Amino acid sequence: MTVTATRPAVVKSAGRVAVSADGSRIPIRRRKLRLGTLLLSILALFIAVVWAFPVYWMVNSSMLSTATLESSTPTFFPVGGSLSNFERVLTPSFFSALAVSVGVTLLSVAVCLTFAFLASIAISRFKFRGRVSFIVTILLIQMLPAEGLFIAQYKMMASFGLLSNVLGLSILYVAAVVPFTIWMLRGFVAGVPAELEEAGMIDGLSRTQAFVRITLPLLAPGLVASGVFAFLQCWNEFTVALVIMENNRTLPLWLRGFVQQSATQAIDWGQVMAASTIVAIPVIIFFVIVQGRMTSGLVAGAVKG
Amino acid sequence: MTTTDESLSPPDRRGRSTDTDPSVRRAVLAPYLLIVGAVLVLLLGMGYPVVWQIITSFQKYGALQQLGGKAPDFVGLDNYIAIAQDGTFWAVTFRSVLFCLVTAFATIVVGVLLALLMTKVHAAARFTLQIALLLAWAMPVIAAMTVFIWLFNRQRGVVNYLLSMIPGVDMKGFNWIGTTPLLFFVVASIIIIWMSVPFVAFSAYAGLTQVSGEVLEASQLDGASAVQRFRFIVFPVIKPVIAIVLLLNLIWDLRVFAQITLLQDAGPKSTDYDLLGTYIYKTGVAGLDFGAGAAMSIFVLALTIALSWFYVRSLIKEEGK
Repeated sequence: MTVTATRPAVVKSAGRVAVSADGSRIPIRRRKLRLGTLLLSILALFIAVVWAFPVYWMVNSSMLSTATLESSTPTFFPVGGSLSNFERVLTPSFFSALAVSVGVTLLSVAVCLTFAFLASIAISRFKFRGRVSFIVTILLIQMLPAEGLFIAQYKMMASFGLLSNVLGLSILYVAAVVPFTIWMLRGFVAGVPAELEEAGMIDGLSRTQAFVRITLPLLAPGLVASGVFAFLQCWNEFTVALVIMENNRTLPLWLRGFVQQSATQAIDWGQVMAASTIVAIPVIIFFVIVQGRMTSGLVAGAVKG
Repeated sequence: MTTTDESLSPPDRRGRSTDTDPSVRRAVLAPYLLIVGAVLVLLLGMGYPVVWQIITSFQKYGALQQLGGKAPDFVGLDNYIAIAQDGTFWAVTFRSVLFCLVTAFATIVVGVLLALLMTKVHAAARFTLQIALLLAWAMPVIAAMTVFIWLFNRQRGVVNYLLSMIPGVDMKGFNWIGTTPLLFFVVASIIIIWMSVPFVAFSAYAGLTQVSGEVLEASQLDGASAVQRFRFIVFPVIKPVIAIVLLLNLIWDLRVFAQITLLQDAGPKSTDYDLLGTYIYKTGVAGLDFGAGAAMSIFVLALTIALSWFYVRSLIKEEGK
């Protein structure tokens, strides 16, 4: 809409004659453009190298021995490296942290997606009293400073007897993630025209049937996208887990414990980087596979509203 | 927007028998049934803590009360007056707002520039850049912080090593995070920008793919300059995306906690190196003064709402239509 509106302004400043009258200019322009593309491509590759460097450095360091890491010259390629740091890091405490993280994340994502899905249907398909207040509230909730709330959250979980408990942490995660998930999903729901459902209803389906058979399949990518988002939030969360999970650590707490443990002695950077790699790599791989859907989901939410 | 009204009315318009009592009542109740799960979990996980926080901000809730020796007394605005007279608190607030504005705007500028770059380069270069950004985006905060602390390590950090290779520069043993607060926050800002640019770049790029190539080409033939094309054609399309990612970045950067805490773990811990998040934590949890911590949290909440006020207001207007 905005594009067509601004177009006249551009047309006014037109220099049409120059191009249509002098055909020979076009090839020159094209060659110039190609050189420009090449230079910009080199710039993009350079930025890519700089941006990926910390991740590369983590993996590289994780495969080097302590002696190599202690030398005054950094080793840029893991030649002669080994996986012994990983072996030393994969202790029972890792597997128990992994189990806690998997449990909390699966429970939180399942509940969060269910609630957010239903709520997004409500705000994009129904007009009801309190709709605007609900939307504004979920937006405001995302602004609550977490570090101000965790004292209260700790006291609440203590009174429920849910400290260091997967269920307790999941409740807090769902509450933290559900607003943004609703926000993303509503873009998808708004993107599926209600007319499709109406057509199905004319063909004799009930409202529910029309929804399940027509709208739901079209929403699947949106559900995947918001599910991934919720997954990452819960999997990587640090602050609330630090306060609530005193003796039942999640993976991020396990990783920090590693650094802390080493802090009493000289830090064993090889082990620390191996532990970081173990926490980061599965997330990175999973994320790289599904990210396209996530971004398009976010844009849908922002643009289509 | 129009779909909202139409989805409810068509069955009636087409004369189907939806006017009977039960189904009308169901249609009225349906949206409330749909949001009840989200509302309950939000009330429990967020509502209760916020209310507790507000109440506590009006109480004297120090070490004595926490240990159960004494019930907290209501002290009116005492906590707020105390923080208003706390010079350190204002210094921290000023620093936080400045840090948040600089970091969030830098993130947006770099992110949008990278998105524009993606539209102008060869497909292979674009793919490589996108993979690099994805790697950074997907890094868990803790892992990323640990790596950056290792990169900036004064003795064996690769940053000092690479900088020292520049002729005439000797950064051997230079302490990035422990020398001055300014440098500490520059490093913190670099790390946060590194982590948050990918999100902005991908969102802006996805927005840019919705810009019509035909319109761009036509305007180019009509003689519009690159700046004009960006201002009048590209920018209006990606503006809503930029608005929401700017808002989110402002919110996130105002309340950064994990990054500053972990950097402080590896360096200086004085209040000169605090932002609001860590200062509240130090006052409320480590300093055992829940009342003052709660009052500060409420202040930060108000500050956040002030920062995002224009966006929220335009949203209310739009939704109310």
